[in-house]
Amino acid sequence: MAHSSSHTHHSNTKRIWIVFLILSVVTLIEVVLGILKPAILVDYTFLSMKWLNWIFIILTLYKAYYIAWAFMHLEGETKGLRRAIVWTSVFLIAYLIFILLIEGDYVYEVFKNNKVAWDF
Amino acid sequence: MEATVIKTGTEGKTWGGGNEPLRASYGKMMMWFFIVSDSLTFSGFLAAYGFSRFKFIDSWPIADEVFNHFPFLHGVDAPMYYVALMTFILIFSSVTMVLAVDAGHQMNKAKVTFYMFLTIIGGLIFIGSQAWEWKNFIQGTYGAVSTNGGNILQFVDADGKRVALADFVTAGPATRVHHNRSNGLWFTDEPDLPAYTMQDVQNSFIANPNILVRTQTLNEHGEKTILSRQESERKLTTEGSHVVIGANLRENEYGVPLFANYFFFITGFHGFHVLTGILINSIIFFNVLLGTYERRGNYEMVEKVGLYWHFVDLVWVFVFTFFYLV
Repeated sequence: MAHSSSHTHHSNTKRIWIVFLILSVVTLIEVVLGILKPAILVDYTFLSMKWLNWIFIILTLYKAYYIAWAFMHLEGETKGLRRAIVWTSVFLIAYLIFILLIEGDYVYEVFKNNKVAWDF
Repeated sequence: MEATVIKTGTEGKTWGGGNEPLRASYGKMMMWFFIVSDSLTFSGFLAAYGFSRFKFIDSWPIADEVFNHFPFLHGVDAPMYYVALMTFILIFSSVTMVLAVDAGHQMNKAKVTFYMFLTIIGGLIFIGSQAWEWKNFIQGTYGAVSTNGGNILQFVDADGKRVALADFVTAGPATRVHHNRSNGLWFTDEPDLPAYTMQDVQNSFIANPNILVRTQTLNEHGEKTILSRQESERKLTTEGSHVVIGANLRENEYGVPLFANYFFFITGFHGFHVLTGILINSIIFFNVLLGTYERRGNYEMVEKVGLYWHFVDLVWVFVFTFFYLV
């Protein structure tokens, strides 16, 4: 039960508020970008995805890192537990996304190029 | 407590569980492994959403045209303001949760109580907002027409601004009687008849020469295609099938039916997590009030529900990105 003797029980409130500030600012940037949709970020792509979407995804992962590390206190856990949690999820989810998005794109091509009537 | 604990005489030794490589209590570790498995469920939902979106990559609805309501601002186009506010509320309730955990480390009962209370309030506001969002989504704003092929046609004026069916369609005389149990087959009935028939829409469209049809197809700037007047008339008269208002699991006025399905399932599943989170938080809150953890000597229970609550917030961060932003 009294496992958490590894870290001292001094107050972390300052760090909590800093993380809150980071999360808020990042969310604000996301929302403003989402409303403005600057043409330069929408019209140009990188690896066949809009720059705007790349920015959204990277900022999201940045937020997820802070939530998991600071709020869920992964930074204070042992390396073994942290890796069991993070690596398991990351590898399985990356594979799932890879396989489903490739398949989705393939189905799109089938709809587009084959003799399938859908607009009538 | 003591009576239920079985002593084997090997406590503290390796085979008695003395070796703790992860240095986490059983409860906390199981909460983490539950979170990992639950995050895979959510990834399944979101990746399936990605699959369907890639399948309809050139005709998927644009989220900030769909979610553009804000309380007390009727008719004002407020793309995503409300979802952003909801995101802030959830992040803030995550902050109060982690402050409660922090206060628990210092065995400060009053502070834990206060922050747990704020967390629960934040959760309630969030879930209420979600309900309001669902209400708007289900009721719909503009109305649309479905083609025979199940594609959605929306209406815009000369400037490309959306026009609601109610703004230009005049209902003709009723063409058929609403089928109730009292006037037809006694064992079946039908949902309310739409306010306008397809014929009403077509007649009114011909009578209003400044209205155009907008299809689902996205152009190279990521905007919906607006047809010429001539093409609009042809499309509406030859392909128009029926009026669609609002959203359900079969069809919706925003576009691809799957869009509404994923909206209901993903935000619904997340909302269910928020609901259970509020419930568990409340139980822990009352335990704190009763002094259970004060007597136990640690507030680890608060930490464990805290993990769950942060996970709910974490999921929302991803839902927000993939459903509303991208």
